[in-house]
Order: sequence, then C-alpha cells, then structure tokens
Amino acid sequence: MISSFLIQTLNGLASASLLFLVALGLTLIFGVTRIVNFAHGSLTMLGAYLGVTLYASLGGGVLGFWGGALLAALCVALVGVLIELVVLRRIYAAPELLQLIATFGIVLIVKDAVLYLWGPEDLLGPRAPGLRGAVLLLGKPFPTYDLLLIVLGPVFLVLVWLLLTRTEFGTKVRAATEDRDMAAALGVNQALLFTSVFALGSFLAGLGGALALPREPANLSMDLSIIADVFVVTVVGGLGSIPGAYVAAVIICVVKAWCIGLGDVAFFGTTFSFSKLTLVAEFLVMAVVLIVRPWGLFGSEPASTQASTAPALAVAPPARSLLIAVMAVAAVLVLFPLMGDRYSLVLMTDVVIFALFAASLGLLMGAGGMASFGHAAYFGAGAYAAAIAAKAGLPFVAALACGLVFAGLLALLFGWFAVRLSGVSLAMLTLAFAQIAWAVAFQWDDITGGSNGIVGVWPPAALEAKAAYYLVALLVAGAGIAFAWRIVHAPFGYLLRAARDSRVRAEAVGIHTRRVQWVAFAMSGALAGLAGTLFVFSKGSLSPDTLGIPRSVDALVMVLLGGVETLTGPVVGAVLFTLLQDWISRATTYWHAVLGVSVVALTILFPQGVVGTIRQRFAHRQVRG
Amino acid sequence: MTFAVDGLEKAFKGFKAVDGVSFSVAAGELVALIGPNGAGKTTTFNMANGQLVADRGRVLLDGRDVTGLPPRELWRLGVGRTFQITQTFTSMTVAENIRVALLSRDRAFGVLATTAGRYDDEISGLLSEVGMVAAGAQQCGALSYGDLKRVELAMALANAPRLLLMDEPTAGMAPRERAQLMELVTRTAQERNTAVLFTEHDMTVVFGHARRILVMSRGKIVAEGAPEEIRTNRLVREVYLGQTAPAVR
Ligand SMILES: Nc1ncnc2c1ncn2[C@@H]1O[C@H](COP(=O)(O)OP(=O)(O)OP(=O)(O)O)[C@@H](O)[C@H]1O
Ligand SMILES: [Mg+2]
Repeated sequence: MISSFLIQTLNGLASASLLFLVALGLTLIFGVTRIVNFAHGSLTMLGAYLGVTLYASLGGGVLGFWGGALLAALCVALVGVLIELVVLRRIYAAPELLQLIATFGIVLIVKDAVLYLWGPEDLLGPRAPGLRGAVLLLGKPFPTYDLLLIVLGPVFLVLVWLLLTRTEFGTKVRAATEDRDMAAALGVNQALLFTSVFALGSFLAGLGGALALPREPANLSMDLSIIADVFVVTVVGGLGSIPGAYVAAVIICVVKAWCIGLGDVAFFGTTFSFSKLTLVAEFLVMAVVLIVRPWGLFGSEPASTQASTAPALAVAPPARSLLIAVMAVAAVLVLFPLMGDRYSLVLMTDVVIFALFAASLGLLMGAGGMASFGHAAYFGAGAYAAAIAAKAGLPFVAALACGLVFAGLLALLFGWFAVRLSGVSLAMLTLAFAQIAWAVAFQWDDITGGSNGIVGVWPPAALEAKAAYYLVALLVAGAGIAFAWRIVHAPFGYLLRAARDSRVRAEAVGIHTRRVQWVAFAMSGALAGLAGTLFVFSKGSLSPDTLGIPRSVDALVMVLLGGVETLTGPVVGAVLFTLLQDWISRATTYWHAVLGVSVVALTILFPQGVVGTIRQRFAHRQVRG
Repeated sequence: MTFAVDGLEKAFKGFKAVDGVSFSVAAGELVALIGPNGAGKTTTFNMANGQLVADRGRVLLDGRDVTGLPPRELWRLGVGRTFQITQTFTSMTVAENIRVALLSRDRAFGVLATTAGRYDDEISGLLSEVGMVAAGAQQCGALSYGDLKRVELAMALANAPRLLLMDEPTAGMAPRERAQLMELVTRTAQERNTAVLFTEHDMTVVFGHARRILVMSRGKIVAEGAPEEIRTNRLVREVYLGQTAPAVR
C-alpha cells in the first residue's frame, strides 16, 4: 500500500513537471504581453509531432531523441515567432477577449495543419534511449525516464528564475511584467522583447510536447486537453505566478495520480472506482483552492476589478419599430416550411437552436459583462440530461424541462466560482470547468455512453417530420430568446447591468452584485441547456463533442460577430455563423482552418469587434466631416 | 442617526493610512473632514461604509456595532455615499441610474416585470432636488464631472439616508454651483435630520457649511472644533503649510 502510494506520488510529480514546462511558457508570455495564448497547447502538440518526425530523420538513438526534442522545440519557437509577428503584434491593444479569440483561431489553423501533415492517426513516440528501464523503489518498478522528468520540473523552475534574476534579458522581462509603460520609458525595445519572450515560451511548450512522447503518443486532441490542464494550473496557481504554476501542477497531478492508484475501493459493500474520479478530484481541488483564494494560490486580485469585458454601451428601451421588425421576421420564419426543402429545414432548425445558444451567451456577456469560455458545458449538459430522460421513458416536454433544469443547476454550481473572477481569469476558469464536464461525458460510459454517446433520441411521432420539429424548435427557441430579452429590460436586468458598469456603486446602493451575477449565470446556463435539448432531439444522437471547447468558441464567435451590445447581435451572429459553416464545410474538409483564418482576420481587421469598430470609424468620420 | 467611529486603523503593506481615528457625527449635523492629500480621508470613508475592512476599531450607527458589514447592508441601514472618483452606471441614462437605486431599495429583482415608467415621479423629484431635472435622458457616460457628483447625490438620497458620506462632493463645480449644492445638503440634513460627513479641499465650502471640522493628517485626527476655532488653530496651519499641496484654495 505504502509503496504503491509512493509510486503514484512520483508518477504525479513526473506529469507535473511536463505540465509545468508548458504552463511556464504560458505564464512568461502572459506576464510580458498580457495575452493568454490559447494556442499554447497547440504549440505543445506541434512539438510532439515534430519530435516523432525528427527522431526518425535524425536516425534515432540518443541524438535522435534529445537532439530531436531540442530541434522540435526550436522549430516550435520559430512558429511562435511567426505567430507573434503576423498576428499578436497587431492585437496587443485589443480587448483581452478578442485576443483570446484570435489565438483560438490559431488553434484551429494549427490543428488542421497537423491533420494535413501527419494524418489523423495517433503517432507512437520514441522511448528515451538508455532510460527505457525501470528502477525498483520499495520493491516496485518505476520508469527511469519518469525519475528524470521529476527532476526536470524543479530544474527548469530554477533555470528560469536565474534567467529572470541574473541576466539583463531577465531584468527587462521583469520590468515589462511589472509595468509595461515604465519599461518602455526606460528604453526597453518592446517589440524585440515581446518576440523573444514569445519565442522562449513557445520553445518551452514545444519541449514539453516532445519530452512527453515516451509517456503519451502524439495525437490530435492534445492541443485542447493540454491547454485546459494548463488553464486549470494557471487558475489554481494564480495567473502570472511561476512558483504558483509549479505548486499547482504538483497538487493537481499528484491528486490525479492518487485517484488512479486507489483504483476500485470497497466502501460499505459498494465498490467505488477512484480511477474514474480523477476529473472530479481535479474539480474538487480547484474548487477548494478557489473558495479559499479566488485569485489562485499565489495570485492577487487585479488592480481594476471592473468587469470590463463588455464595452459599456447603452441598452435602448424597446422601440415600436423593432417590435414590428421582429414580428415580420417571425412571420417569415413560421412560413419557412412552405418554401424550404428537407435539407434547408434541418439547416434552419440548427440556425434557430444556435440563435438561442448565442443569445444565452450574449445575455451573460452583454448585460452581465461575464465572458464564459465554456458555455457549451451547459448546452451539452442540457442535451445529455434530455437524452437520458428520454431514454428513461420521459415524454418530450418533460425531457426538455430536465435539460433546462439540469443545465441551470450545473451553471449554478460552476457560476458560484466564476462570478468571483473577471476578465481572462474568468474565461480560463469557465473553460476549465467545461473541459471537466466534457471529460466526464467522455469517460462515464454507464451514463453518457462514453465516446460513443447516446443514439436514438427522437422526438415523439407527431414531431418526426422535419417541418414539425422545425416549428417546435422555432417556438421554444423564440420563447427562450424573448425571455432573455425580457430579462435585460426587467428590474433584474437593470441590477445586472449596474453590477457590470460599477460594482462599487451597485454595492453602495444595496445591490448584492455577486448574487445578481450568479443568478444571471444560472439563467444563461439554463437557456443554453434548453438549446442543447432542442439540438439532441433534432439530431437524434449526441456525443461528447456536443460540449467540447470548439463549440464553446463557436458561441463566442457568434456573439462577437454580431456584437454584445444588444441581444439582436448574437442572434444575427448565430445565423451568419451557422449558414457560413454549412456553406464552407460542404466545400472543404478543412473547415476549421478556414474558420481559424477568418477569426484571426476578423480580429485583426476589427480589433474592437465588428460593431464596435464600425461605430468607432463612423464616429471618426462624423468628427472629421 | 448618530454615527461614530472608534479607534479605526488601516494599513496598506505596513503603511498606516489611518491610525486610530475616533469621532462622531450627530443626527442633523454637518461635519467636514479635511486634511492634505493622502491624509487618509477616503480610507476612513471606505471603512465607514464597509468597503474596506478595518484592521482595528469599530463603526457604530446609533450605538449599534456595524463593523464589517458590507456596503449593501449599511445602505439598507440608511448609509448613503458619494465617491471622490465618481461611480455611476455609465451605460445608463441619468434617470436609469436613479431608477436602479429605487429598484434596489424596493428589492425589485423581477425578471419579467416591466420597468418602463416605473418611479418616473420619484425620479424627477430627486433630480430636481439636485438641479438635474432636465438631464434625465442624458447618458451618464457623457456627463461633466460636476454633474456626475449630482447624480451620485441623487442616488444617495433615493434611499432617504440617515447618514450621508460625501467624498469631495463639489469637486469639478463652479463656485456658484458649489454653494448651491452645499445649501441643498444643509437643507437635507436639517429637514430629514440626516447626519452628514464630507471631505472637501475647498475652504470656502468647508468654513461656510460645516458645523464642526475634523482635521486629519497622516492618518490621525490632529484637531477638531467649530470653524472659528479651526481657523485660528496653529497646528492646522502647520499641517497645511507644511505640505506642498495647495490645500487652501
Ligand atoms: N488600496 C490602497 N493600497 C495602498 N495604498 C493606499 C490604498 N488606498 C490608499 N492608500 C494610501 O493611503 C494613504 C491615504 O489615502 P486616502 O485616499 O485615504 O487619502 P485622502 O485623504 O483621501 O487624500 P485625497 O485628498 O488625495 O483624496 C495615501 O498615502 C494612499 O496612497
Ligand atoms: Mg480622498
């Protein structure tokens, strides 16, 4: 028992070193550029694939492994430089959410590039030459390579610490991290510094990927799973803190390893599978830390705690002309089955479902000022709950209600933590939660069907015709959107917007801002869940993809495409996005790359968001003219 | 309402911004808290309305210990506050700002209820009190500094406060406007029997309206008394003349 406990602890420490290496890169880059690089996990994935290829082309052996890893990391550093020069340099002044979205565009591009270059199969990596064996610890074998990894983490911690404290480069990095303007005033060449830090951070990401090969094959889902883990580590350790990242990586990896090590344990006669609880354990660790220290173990609340994610723009009270326009659109939508064929009916069903999904996020981001980067968690939770309820024999309407309520409850749970943060920290936390939800759906075979998902979830016979289901979806989604819109203009909406505009003032006039935001988070999650229930019944089946990170980002792109100022924005954005996606994905298999390039281009061309930038231009013209 | 603080202390990273401050303000009394920049006035205010938790000391309302209560609860007990750096809801109109305060007062949290036209009379009443009646439809983000101060005051008055804490209420206003606003505050204090504590750098305002003056320097109250006493107090002159800031404008 003790020996296996020790082995698992060491195992956890080895994982922690690799994770720390990657997180370290993210933290360094964030410290200087203030950009959270969503594509950091993609760089790690690139490092892994390059590691496999370079090992082979260098002829294997010691040179192939270590030389290959180093070369892979250097190549990734070059890619990082390219990304910095082409994309990030143009958006340093943009709102932080837009920066995150832009780097997600890079995630999509890298993923399709890797798919194109290496194909969809997992690539088994080389084992480290000379370190393939195991040593006996308390009578149990432990891989020698993992022992090396355990040392590697602290070594890099010290190396980076020396770099930061003992070199001129490090002094500049620290100066820029403390106070960017001051560093610029002191004559630090910002452009060069940013690029070199980005190169260093990317190098570490690539190295982490290549060195992980002996433990894990290179695969196409690494990018998101790693970035989610890195986000967890960053949130738990405290955004920007290097020791925090190490401590958090150790805590999380060791706890996970223990869960795996415990395996099946019998409690009072029932067997309890701890190895399946790793994700729950990860969530619990994160929860406990955030309850005690909302900004992470080594983090502190940022100076401006204003929820400044959404531009504080006016919400005009409802006008009569708008009402007429809405009626007209509604009439066209209701009559649509008369003109559309089967294909377009299915597509339009998607459109109305995603309009509701986008509206639910728009409510949270616009009136609430909280950007959820994991909104698909609630969409998916609703879908799963409805599917399971339907499979258990509940009628359609009851299944819808189940989805709505379950998603709302999940949002209530996650939201409790989320409303304590703001800005990028909030974005990272919501994404980490969503990734945990995804992994639970992926692993919990008995309930969710695991990677196969759930099939055969159809609406009742009366709604089997595509036209009939379309009308039901339109009705339910329309009601949901109307409800979201009503909230914004109701007393609750006023209090919510007040909390967003000025937390201090809102509290000073008696508003419990956290609670208001919490309730808003839950309602937004419930509406997203409602969209999810409509989705599962329209497709007839669902898989963990339903709540994957890409879907969360789809929703964000929809909202930003249309603008967060009004609820009409996200709805219009959803319509555009869904139709475009349908159009492009029929033309090419690399739809993700196309989307990625468009997202990057959009953020570069419209650094203040489409609507915001157009407004700004318009204002300029008015001033000039 | 009698408002009192007793032995308040607050340190920021070892630096004592407020160091053992005690005083009280009686119902209907107008008291000014003055002192050079960085004396600790705003920090004292922040502890008084619960925004900052004091390291030591107590805050008392009518003898009841309310130390550590958050601002929202103190507001329900009748504490209204205006900020040195104005805090308003910039995406909303002036009238909507007031409406938020009134909705909160009535605990109106509905998600389906309508707000159109709600409180219109009360809002215009409050706005005319602070001389902003014509500005109801204006966006708060576009207002001048002085007007924002007025909006803040109207929001504070929305809950019929029994203690009004005003941090530099007339900053950014022309001399005539300053006098008008302080007259309004004086009237309110008398009519509603409200205790008023304000900070101010304009000595005309301070000596023209305060019934009693507290002088703060480096975190401590160094003098206290009626305007006439303070005017002739040697220590007070030293506190101000010893500073670079042009305190007496
Ligand atoms: N949050 C904080 N963190 C660190 N130091 C602070 C903080 N708030 C105030 N201080 C410091 O405490 C001291 C008192 O500040 P305070 O704002 O209370 O002064 P004040 O009397 O209101 O000055 P002013 O007339 O300029 O408004 C100042 O030296 C200030 O720098
Ligand atoms: Mg002050």
